[in-house]
Amino acid sequence: MAEKVILLDMFASMFGMRARVALAAKGVQYEYREEDLRNKSQLLLQSNPIHKKIPVLIHNGKPICESLVILQYIDEVWNQKYPLFPSHPYQRAQARFWADYIDKKLYDAGRKIWTKSGEELEAGKKEFVEILKQLESQLGDEAFFGGESFGFLDVALVTYSTWFHTYESCGGFSIGEHCPKLNQWVKRCLEIHFVSGSLPDPVKVYDFALVLRKVFGIDTS
Amino acid sequence: MGEVKLLGGLGFSPYVNRVEMALKLKGVEYEAIAEDLKNKSPLLLQYNPVHKKVPVLIHDGKGIAESLIIVEYIDQVWEGPSILPKDPYQRAMARFWAKFIDEKCISATWKACWSTGEEQAKSKDESVEALKFLEDEIKGKKFFGGDNIGLVDIAANFIGYWLPIISEVKGVQLLTEEDFPNLWRWANEYCSDNFVKEILPNKEALVARFKSR
Repeated sequence: MAEKVILLDMFASMFGMRARVALAAKGVQYEYREEDLRNKSQLLLQSNPIHKKIPVLIHNGKPICESLVILQYIDEVWNQKYPLFPSHPYQRAQARFWADYIDKKLYDAGRKIWTKSGEELEAGKKEFVEILKQLESQLGDEAFFGGESFGFLDVALVTYSTWFHTYESCGGFSIGEHCPKLNQWVKRCLEIHFVSGSLPDPVKVYDFALVLRKVFGIDTS
Repeated sequence: MGEVKLLGGLGFSPYVNRVEMALKLKGVEYEAIAEDLKNKSPLLLQYNPVHKKVPVLIHDGKGIAESLIIVEYIDQVWEGPSILPKDPYQRAMARFWAKFIDEKCISATWKACWSTGEEQAKSKDESVEALKFLEDEIKGKKFFGGDNIGLVDIAANFIGYWLPIISEVKGVQLLTEEDFPNLWRWANEYCSDNFVKEILPNKEALVARFKSR
């Protein structure tokens, strides 16, 4: 049967990017559909009636939602090429744990930086750096979170790097200064063609964030 | 197979109970170590330094935290009945529903029971919305896992057992037979299952605990 793969996504979503990177790693042909989140398509509302969010992967008509669930699905179905998950159960559990940690902590801290001001912004910055430092210590001296090769946890985190320029510009700080090892890791990831080929230009992400800041009425001066 | 220890609370946590269910399903022998969460042990702080919470599974000297992650780990390591389905799409669905239960159902229903005023009204609405989705999902099935208990049934343990008890204690009606006939049926099926019954905490003790909060 011919595979039909559709990805409902929004270009600046670090969650959607995860699916893009994984599909590219596996060499899967798919149709990318950009969603306007202020005017969601019927297909999105039908495929994800509970959360009404992107990304949604639709594989042969069957929708899968939640980026980390999608990542695991992609790895399990297209398992012949570029396995993302480690094979050892303990390492898999660790990869899941840290991906869960990223989702629970990093998004909200980052969001404070580009949507808030004053004390809340400063609190967001502090939290954000602390979380990145925790992740940096987890990386240790390895090339990737997956060890010698780029893996599941690398996919989960590298997509946030497209927002670093936005956080730095809005927050007035340098992520590289606080987390130099993580900065190096980002550079290493971007040397992988299917990673850099799947991620948007951080400048375009920043432009997008600026538009939203105007819409939210956040003082951009 | 190496030594297995489970760091758990004083026996009342639904999260710890999930892990106990999984270990029991696989017939794994383990040492249960009680944890006083107001006075956390060095062992807990060592094996879960990030969140400092229970449950923590220590297997062969290595710690795994977060109940659903531990359950998946147990499913992979030990032989016995499968907790997750074999088919990748069904696995994705199981993971999706387990996450939904954790992120939407438990927090909303817990808040609805313990809060007051506007916050309670809002949480009640959120709970009803969340429970409706579960109600649709369980229709026509004995368990969320099909004929046998699976990941989603384990994840929904709070909904099946803890929630009715808290509702009774607090006088907040959420999961009623009238509003959610299928979920109600599942909850009864689940709690009267011979296997599950054995590891659920004692009802009177749980009631006393909630009354004392």
